[in-house]
Amino acid sequence: MNEKNTYDVIVVGAGSVGTPAAMFLAAEGLRVLLLEGYASPGQGSNKAAIGGVRATHSDPAKILLCQKSLEVFTTWEERTGVDVGWKPGGYCFPVYTRGLQDQLQGILPMQKKFGLDIDWLDADAIAEVVPGIERRGLLGGTLSPRDGQVSTLKASVAFQREGQRLGVDLHVKEPVVGYAVRDGRIEGVRTEKNLYFAPRVVIATGADAIAHGRMLNTHFPVTPDSHEAGISAPVKPFLPPLVVDMHEGPEGKTANFYFGQVHSGQIIFCYTPKKAFLGHNRENLSEFLPVLASRLTTLIPHLRNLLIRRTWRGLYPMTPDGRPILDWVPGAEGALAAVGMCGQGFMLGPGVAAQVTSMIMGRPGILPPEILSTLSLSRDFGATASEALA
Amino acid sequence: MDLRITSHPILAPLPEPSVPFTFNDRACLGRPGEMISSALYAAGVHVFGHHPRDNGAQGIFCVNGQCSQCMVLADGVPVKACMTPVTPGMRVMPCEGLPALPDVTPPASHPAPRFDETSVTVLIVGGGPAGMCAAVELGRLGIDVLLIDDKAELGGKLTLQTHNFFGSVKDCYAGVRGIDIARILGDEIAALPSVHVWREAAGVGVYSDGAFGIVHGGRFRVVRPAQVLIATGARERTLPFPGSDLPGVYGAGAFQTLVNRDLVRASRRLFVVGGGNVGLITAYHALQAGIEVAAVVEALPACGGYKVHQDKILRLGIPVLTSHSIVRAEGTEHVSSVVAARVDADFRPIPGTERRWDVDTVLVAVGLSPVDELATKAREYGIPTWSAGDAREIAEASAAIFSGKIAGRKIARELGILIDIPVDWEPLEEILKSRPGATHEITQQDRGGRVFPIFFCDQEIPCNPCVDACPLHSIQIPGTIMDLPVFEGKCSGCGKCVLACPGLAVSLVFEDPDKTADTAVVMLAFEFDAARIPAGGQVITTDRHGRLLGSGTVLEVRDKKNQDRRKLVRLRVPAAEKLEVAGFLVADPDFGRPLQGDCECGDPAQCDPVVCLCERVRRSEILAEIEAGVRDMNLLKATLRTGMGACGGKNCTEPILRLYRSAGVKTEEVTPPTFRPLTAEVRLDAFLEEER
Repeated sequence: MNEKNTYDVIVVGAGSVGTPAAMFLAAEGLRVLLLEGYASPGQGSNKAAIGGVRATHSDPAKILLCQKSLEVFTTWEERTGVDVGWKPGGYCFPVYTRGLQDQLQGILPMQKKFGLDIDWLDADAIAEVVPGIERRGLLGGTLSPRDGQVSTLKASVAFQREGQRLGVDLHVKEPVVGYAVRDGRIEGVRTEKNLYFAPRVVIATGADAIAHGRMLNTHFPVTPDSHEAGISAPVKPFLPPLVVDMHEGPEGKTANFYFGQVHSGQIIFCYTPKKAFLGHNRENLSEFLPVLASRLTTLIPHLRNLLIRRTWRGLYPMTPDGRPILDWVPGAEGALAAVGMCGQGFMLGPGVAAQVTSMIMGRPGILPPEILSTLSLSRDFGATASEALA
Repeated sequence: MDLRITSHPILAPLPEPSVPFTFNDRACLGRPGEMISSALYAAGVHVFGHHPRDNGAQGIFCVNGQCSQCMVLADGVPVKACMTPVTPGMRVMPCEGLPALPDVTPPASHPAPRFDETSVTVLIVGGGPAGMCAAVELGRLGIDVLLIDDKAELGGKLTLQTHNFFGSVKDCYAGVRGIDIARILGDEIAALPSVHVWREAAGVGVYSDGAFGIVHGGRFRVVRPAQVLIATGARERTLPFPGSDLPGVYGAGAFQTLVNRDLVRASRRLFVVGGGNVGLITAYHALQAGIEVAAVVEALPACGGYKVHQDKILRLGIPVLTSHSIVRAEGTEHVSSVVAARVDADFRPIPGTERRWDVDTVLVAVGLSPVDELATKAREYGIPTWSAGDAREIAEASAAIFSGKIAGRKIARELGILIDIPVDWEPLEEILKSRPGATHEITQQDRGGRVFPIFFCDQEIPCNPCVDACPLHSIQIPGTIMDLPVFEGKCSGCGKCVLACPGLAVSLVFEDPDKTADTAVVMLAFEFDAARIPAGGQVITTDRHGRLLGSGTVLEVRDKKNQDRRKLVRLRVPAAEKLEVAGFLVADPDFGRPLQGDCECGDPAQCDPVVCLCERVRRSEILAEIEAGVRDMNLLKATLRTGMGACGGKNCTEPILRLYRSAGVKTEEVTPPTFRPLTAEVRLDAFLEEER
């Protein structure tokens, strides 16, 4: 063991969770090592995310974590002078069916109880928020004006650089291949190049959670599935909110889809496949753009003239109940798992990072114990229904 | 103003402009089917809009549908001007900043996803020389082939090559003009029933489900091939220098498209950067089109192109300055002048050697890169994939022809058809691909008698049309076609070798018919309008390297139908010069004017070249990131947006890697950017199933 390779805490994975976590931990004055297998941070599913950030979930833990994330993102520029592409405008869920109306209106009281700014708007009001939306059959929808969008790329760079300014030691192209555990305590991690020692290790390995669980002799019930996304050429700003269309598509392939106009003018879009594409495959499929084109132009007909520029796929590290895992690893005291973000890692990231930091520092965090326990590794993953707005 | 070329020594005239449209509410006329970019250039419009990031002026760049520099609004819809034809009454507006999303009345029905799938045995992407020749080989065997090309006509870059090709007469159409080879191959393909052709069909992506995404006539179609041949050719390498972002700086291939395909006088006077074959040929093409060429500069001590190409333009009076490089392009919104200087061994300009030329256009011809993104992805996805032509390895079109033929046969064999690949094909392809060999010092021999030929062909290149041309079989090439021709035997003075030599490097020396001993008559090839010969017929003669000799008197300009658009000029010259006269000036050599001191514009930002044109990222910004330790080009995307624009990093990746090297970072330390579909932007409605 030498001084150089010894840290207060090692964060494994410089993604949506690990990068801000390393930054927050360094801000506490800890000596932090951030290990990443790719050539730079954010190259896993972080950069594949479309960047929507909302606190308006139906799960209390997600609400609280994302409220913290929103606070971090919306105040970032004034605090650091660095633009992360924050674009206010909220989330809008337009509604064309009674069933969906009932469902969304049903969770409004709970959301309001958490102080969330969200309301049901009638069809005219929705048409004003989403210019050009198909009016036939539009019943109304919800709008949560305090939510918004962030550039995943800019945010990752901002967290990385702020972290490095605070002293984070970032090692890229250095995947973790093992964990050192002795007498039930974590002692460090092993990469292909080196051994590093720390009494605390944060596992923020996104879609690779299962493999890391195996290295720690535990099971993280995280199954990645692949979601394709795309972006257009930029156009003049016209669409304030991020739009989530929860209806199933008539083509039989989409469970729902969502899109928004980012701060620099591009339309960014994604859909949830009706039948999940399980596994780590991030390569593009030929059916994506035809399906997406149909859904986008059905909802907003004049989007047909958008120029589509690029498509990609990212992984949703799914847990059986749609909630993240945020818990100490059994049998490896000092190892903290922050995995299974269920495709919401980017918006959950800074909030989870703050909670992780509190847990490492041994002080109360954003999540009260009873809510934190809903994210525990030992919870019954089949006991609760999937989150309504997962 | 109409800057169209109505008379050309090689090309047939195009239809008169008859399609009315407006640009910025100004009335313009386009030719039927003409691309907006060409019609605008013909109307003298070079600035098509301004970039949202820094309001930089934008115009044409690739003229090949690969970037989006030429974006305009056509009836409110953003389109690439170089790939969109003018239509009657079209209202074209410059794209100023971000375009608004067009508000259109959509069809009443709900648009369904377009699932249009075709299975083929062989998909050939790219209908240039390699793709067409492969299609011919496969088609002759009755194999089901789909040949796609993104242009309205097959031929690829052949359709821009007005000059006669080098290579082997027997094997690859040597001595025939590129435009005519395209026609010959096109006719052959049309006669093969198993070869289907999609024109205006661009491959935009390869997918992990084994499919190729192709936008054909504005609609997205999926093709699932058993075998695929990528023959997508090359793209021009970019060279960032101060002012390289100005409209008026673009690639030589782009220029050939405007001039040779669309017959638009794209420039009044231009400057060529790069002395490879592309730069040298383009200078020649420009002169043929009546465009002045100020000079060609080449940073290396010698031009990389064929010496016959270099000599050809030197003889016409165009300076070719080796060990010279461009320093900057100057102008407001458009190029108005260019500064170049002598460079040292490390290609740094030597202070005090700067000279300025007044030009409106700078052509960049600093090499080609294979267009290989589709091939790389297809292989990654396990699709049986072949490459041919420039997409495989940058070489001459004659080599691409051979490369296509060989790939066609190999695919056929892969499909289980027993067909031989003649043993001499692959060695011949290697010869055709080879760089020019040694240059020999040749002493011209006065053979006496009534007439004898002179060969100014002193560099080993793969070429042999002179051998077949001579009806008396007096010209031989002893070894491979790389060897120099040897004359032995009789000469009838028929001039067929003068007509056949692709390099215009043969003359005939005749006794003066007036039997005067102090004069002789030389016969030279000439590919310009006869009007370029001064009245009275007095011309200034040059030797094969362009050195001025003296004067000559034109006795005859022979221009017969069987001369394939090449004129034979008979010139009376002093007998003492008869072995040396290789051409005569059609241009006034311009060596620029010296300039003193530093850049005169006083704006340091102008000295910071734009490296990523799509996102307008300047060199200093990239160097700062490199300095800060960024080694992953995907991280550069995140910090600066390089490669995030319309072209997807196709143009800036190489210059950025050069910046890394200039900063002392080795290429292997740099993580390359991830490439994703689409390779070109596609309108969303292309993916919809609907009546149109």
